[in-house]
Amino acid sequence: MNKLKGIHLSHDKDTENCASVDFPLPKSVIIPMSQSMGATCSPLVKADDTVTVGQKIGDAEAFMSAPIHSSVSGKVTAVSDYLLANGSVCKAVEIETDGLQTVCPDVKPPIVEDKKSFIAAIRESGLCGLGGAGFPTHVKFSFDASKTPVDTLVINGAECEPHITSDYREFIENPDSVIEGVQIVQKYLNIPICKICIESNKPQAIAIMKEKVKDLKGIEIVALPSSYPQGAEKVIIYSATGRIVAEGELPSNQGVMVMNVSTVSFVSKYLKTGMPLISRRLTLDGNALKKNAGNYNVLVGTRVSELLAYCEADKPEKVLYGGPMMGICIYDTDQPVIKVNNAILALKDVKEPKTTACIRCGCCVSVCPMNLMPLMLEAAYKKKDVAELNKLKLMLCMNCGCCSYICPANRPLAEVNQLAKGLLMKKK
Amino acid sequence: MKGLIVSPSPHRSSFLSTKFIMLQVIIALVPNIVACTIIFGLRALLVLAVCVVSCVVFEALCRKIMKRDQTVSDLSAVVTGILLGMNLPVTIPLFVAVIGSFIAIVIVKQLFGGIGQNFANPAITARIVLMFSFTSYMSTWAVPFFYKTAADTATGATSSDVVTGATPLAAKWAEYTSNGAAYKMAPYQLKDLFLGTTGGCLGETCALAIIIGGVYLIATRVISASTPVAFIGSLALLTFIYTGSGVETVYQIFAGGLMIGAFFMATDYATTPVTTKGKIIFGIGCGIITFVIRQFGNYPEGVSFSILLMNLLTPYIDRITKTSPLGAKPLVKEAK
Repeated sequence: MNKLKGIHLSHDKDTENCASVDFPLPKSVIIPMSQSMGATCSPLVKADDTVTVGQKIGDAEAFMSAPIHSSVSGKVTAVSDYLLANGSVCKAVEIETDGLQTVCPDVKPPIVEDKKSFIAAIRESGLCGLGGAGFPTHVKFSFDASKTPVDTLVINGAECEPHITSDYREFIENPDSVIEGVQIVQKYLNIPICKICIESNKPQAIAIMKEKVKDLKGIEIVALPSSYPQGAEKVIIYSATGRIVAEGELPSNQGVMVMNVSTVSFVSKYLKTGMPLISRRLTLDGNALKKNAGNYNVLVGTRVSELLAYCEADKPEKVLYGGPMMGICIYDTDQPVIKVNNAILALKDVKEPKTTACIRCGCCVSVCPMNLMPLMLEAAYKKKDVAELNKLKLMLCMNCGCCSYICPANRPLAEVNQLAKGLLMKKK
Repeated sequence: MKGLIVSPSPHRSSFLSTKFIMLQVIIALVPNIVACTIIFGLRALLVLAVCVVSCVVFEALCRKIMKRDQTVSDLSAVVTGILLGMNLPVTIPLFVAVIGSFIAIVIVKQLFGGIGQNFANPAITARIVLMFSFTSYMSTWAVPFFYKTAADTATGATSSDVVTGATPLAAKWAEYTSNGAAYKMAPYQLKDLFLGTTGGCLGETCALAIIIGGVYLIATRVISASTPVAFIGSLALLTFIYTGSGVETVYQIFAGGLMIGAFFMATDYATTPVTTKGKIIFGIGCGIITFVIRQFGNYPEGVSFSILLMNLLTPYIDRITKTSPLGAKPLVKEAK
């Protein structure tokens, strides 16, 4: 089995030894109605309503959607349109906290007996993939076992993006919760094998998990080489099992299901407490922070500006949701933390290198984990050649950014691929 | 807080730049510059300097006249200048070197859009044009260390009275054409070929210096080993099969422009295929054409022609050697 291509980045995991700290309760939170993939939720509350912790405040009819819960107790001050960092607009609920954090009476451990009630409970928890993509977990669980039986559960603990250590801390702080979550998923979804995959740059996590599973059957710890993008779904499936998820297929077509480590750990916590997904661990880091860089349990809806103030951010020029390779820039630090944020990075001294002509060095081809040819895709997009873009398999691009990273001419190849995908969507 | 920079991911980039890559090529050429200065004297440096300066000036003027971004600082014109100089004999009149630079930079490179856009190797094309336009200048070969003997016996001789000799391949070729198919021992010893103490263009004689530079480029991953290995390997194999002589094969490898062609010209990014498969096809193609020209052609040397011809095929090689993406399914043809 060949190793897939990729790049080697400096890891910059400066916060790996920072134990999680609960971030202080903010005065108010703003909770957008779209925080994961799938349909946008409709708000269930209106201005002046009183809400409690864990109360459902947004839901959608569609199956492909995760409901949204209040992370605080207090009074709704506004429900209004909000421009998200990804460019879409949805309703957002603004809540002024009363400081009491009264828990909603609906919050109680769910009764789970079989696959059906398990999936229903997970939907109610509002859980989505916590690694960044935000795929609703109950949808992932709803594969048809008669058509596409899943035999391997891959737990994604690669955390290949620089700076981020929030998943690493889950292994260190809650290893039992991770194992329990795995066992619950294995039990209700009938998946015999589990491979917990951790990049080799986290030896402590590997050691702890190996110790925990040594007497358990069906759970294996896999140390993966530290290379970017090891944690991308198709890459980690290939690295862990050697299976290739073909174009247009889901991992379940290959008998695999991938879950982020924090997501699977949440499953066991939720079945015990019934507290839906209202807070998450994230890494606060970046060269613009003067102090307090580390890992925090942050309530969903907390404004990024509060996090930055806590760390005494010094005139950040760029603030990212996520890591430096795939993170999204936020346009305003008043934007809130949402379910899928695994890190907030505040950067200064940002250099935007000048783009020069392509010299056909082929570096982009030599790093693409999907084995695409970014330089040819760029040329095809320039000509708006839809047939050629399809031939070059543009849609397989997962926007990992290796091509843009390596390009000596600093061409924005990954960005061009995203624009080209838009072109293909329009032509369809 | 507002006024933040919003840009698409990734938010990091590697240290690589076009300038860095060109600098690596220049560093890799240093052993060869030293070697040709030792072998052919200080005039070698003068020829190289004239080529570099005129290439840079032509590049700057072109970009200015065409109202394009200035690209002189990427050092690609410097590389072209050095490579062109290395393709000229030490006795070349300097105005010919300037004309060569004009052909390389203005006609072959900038008229097609500048760095990365040209389809033919600038230095190779300029060499070929000069070879046809100034044949006698381009085929006057000073013998190694002529400057020393000239100085020793400099009683009446002027400095322009250079002792000339033949290149290894020209000598071989002359011998071949006069004696029919009968091969005799090579006129130069293999040791001379390896160290470069033979007649020839500035940068093509010293195989040792070229190999040092080539290995540096491969080690720093600026070039891949596939092209030079395929080029030299295929030529060696064909020569060995055809002549059945190991000595002859080694002679063919170290004589002429093969070494500099394989390591520094056939690995030019803009004019050669992108994928490894493509590079191997390119290298083998160059090897076959060089073999045919050297053994059956009207010219003693075929490396430059082979590279130019394969440059022309590069877009087609690129077309048939696309990578196969992970998990790609064949395109479904839409019904009309």
